[in-house]
Amino acid sequence: MSILVDKNTKLIGQGITGREGLFHAQRMLEYGTNLVAGVTPGKGGEWILDGKVPVFDSVKLAKEATGATASVIFVPSRFAADAIFEAADAGIRLIVCIAEGIPVLDMMRVRNYLDQKDVRLVGPNCPGLLTPGEAQVGIIPGNIAITGDVGVVSRSGTLTYEVLYALKEKNMGVSTCVGIGGDPVNGTNFIDCLRLFELDPKTKKIVLIGEIGGTDEEQAAEFIRNNVTKPVVGFIAGQTAPPGKRMGHAGAIVQGGTGLAVDKIKALEDAGVRVAKHPEEIPELF
Amino acid sequence: MKLHEYQSKLIFAEYGVPIPKGRVAATASEAKQIAKELGGRVVVKSQVLVGGRGKAGGIRLAKNPDEAGDLATQILGMEIKGLPVRKVLVDEAANIEKEIYLGITNDRAARCPVMMASSEGGVDIEEVARETPEKIIKVHIDPLMGLQGYQARDIAAGIDLPREHWRSFGVIAAGLWEAYKKSDANLAEINPLVITAEGNLQAVDGKMVLDDNALFRHPELADKRDLDIEDDSEIEARKYGLSYIKLDGDIGCMVNGAGLAMTTMDVIKLFGGEPANFLDIGGGAGAEKVAAAFRIILSDKNIKAVLINIFGGITRGDEVARGILAAMEEVKPDVPMIVRLVGTNAEEGRQLLANADLITAETLADAAQKAVAAAKGGNLK
Repeated sequence: MSILVDKNTKLIGQGITGREGLFHAQRMLEYGTNLVAGVTPGKGGEWILDGKVPVFDSVKLAKEATGATASVIFVPSRFAADAIFEAADAGIRLIVCIAEGIPVLDMMRVRNYLDQKDVRLVGPNCPGLLTPGEAQVGIIPGNIAITGDVGVVSRSGTLTYEVLYALKEKNMGVSTCVGIGGDPVNGTNFIDCLRLFELDPKTKKIVLIGEIGGTDEEQAAEFIRNNVTKPVVGFIAGQTAPPGKRMGHAGAIVQGGTGLAVDKIKALEDAGVRVAKHPEEIPELF
Repeated sequence: MKLHEYQSKLIFAEYGVPIPKGRVAATASEAKQIAKELGGRVVVKSQVLVGGRGKAGGIRLAKNPDEAGDLATQILGMEIKGLPVRKVLVDEAANIEKEIYLGITNDRAARCPVMMASSEGGVDIEEVARETPEKIIKVHIDPLMGLQGYQARDIAAGIDLPREHWRSFGVIAAGLWEAYKKSDANLAEINPLVITAEGNLQAVDGKMVLDDNALFRHPELADKRDLDIEDDSEIEARKYGLSYIKLDGDIGCMVNGAGLAMTTMDVIKLFGGEPANFLDIGGGAGAEKVAAAFRIILSDKNIKAVLINIFGGITRGDEVARGILAAMEEVKPDVPMIVRLVGTNAEEGRQLLANADLITAETLADAAQKAVAAAKGGNLK
């Protein structure tokens, strides 16, 4: 058991004939992910990755031929909104978008459109999903996590790797890791993942990794207080970030007295979450 | 990316928002000439990208062209909050009866833009929001549908705008929304929107912040960037696609990924040190980019130690190692350097660095403690 993806999830990759996409498609295949097709307009009919994966001109054609239910999107940020709309309109149920730098108005249109449909988006600006031993969807290095009972949800990328690695060093495994992304407007949020982890019998503990900006962590804290029975350990990045400066991620900015790390830590602690001082302390807090 | 007042107002005007007659000047004689053309009283306004221009004496009223020239001389010689004034806007002075606030920004939590208005314009709107939130009317805009006419009327009614102004307010609200949408803005603000003694509405001040991620769609707007508000090293960093922010400490940081970069700063602080910068080399950085990052970090004269923390994913440890070696060859750093490589090709990277003059660390906590000790002059070898 896991959340969102497992070894049976039929996945297509949009934009996996490009340099980055191809590199990561190769790694997903090697991990055992059930990658059944690629989509690149104009390259339909080709076979990539040593002839293992067929390429289609559209998501619709790829879905009809393979029965895929999930898509991972590697196209560059300026084309990403279109790729998400295409996947949603083709009937894909789970869309994982890796691209960083999608204009925020594009994401607002995407989000408002998807909210009218039964589609789950993970990302953008995220490392994707990893269900250790079953499926790697995105760019998380598969070898830094082992199978286990910790559910991980994070707004960050490499910081997530750091946490997975710290868990592995202490021989703690992961049920599923979800990178929800660092943009101000995204798809799946903390609360969606907490709800799924709470319901997932394999997940016994939860790690929540947040960062400065917005109020998602505060809302997650409120949800944990009322709805989560499993132990949660948290970490918030950006405790030393100065206000008014955007810390790389489009969403990571302290503005007008909101989005401060100290408020997020307090909200989580008040909800019974143990908050680590640094990532390597996380395993010790369970 | 922030736009100046005159740039913002010109964009608003393209979308039908009335603005005062006026032009921007870089010299006192130009300012005087503009005042002469306008005739009557004018306002001379410093164009710098900070708030509080009025309080700093950067916005002044002139009764005639000579006075406008004198004030322009004064204002063009000023620095406001550390920024030099390079241009002044000379605008026809409005006969102000009432000041209103009107703005649009993104509401993260609601995942859509929100238009805000208040009858208490002209003053610090954040203070109004804090003290008397009932005086701010908010209307969310569906990003797929856009601002509807009735929404603008609701706002006009909500701020008790006299009915005779509703029609022109509707035009201004619609224009501001179009300007916001078509420019991919994160903020578009008119403060104040004034009712003049002649009974007209006019945008006396304007402010826009654009979405950096959408500038590829607006090359003509991207060219308007004012480099004065950025540190030289921040400009250099952007050229290489690095995300760099200079801070006040003495431990330089080079990290891949924004979250991990912030965390590295936090852990340095946790162990008693002060980070000198935020620097994210991004995903998949090659040797050349790493070398550029290195030069930028070391250009900060406060640096006493450098901490390099790389968790390989898309970024490969051996590429980073090659970049470090190339940069060390070129820059010849005289401060201790602490390196931690984990993840993709980390082993290859560590082998490449085995003979370099570096301090290695296994964990992030270990790396941070070594960097803090090194910055304080401790011997670690």
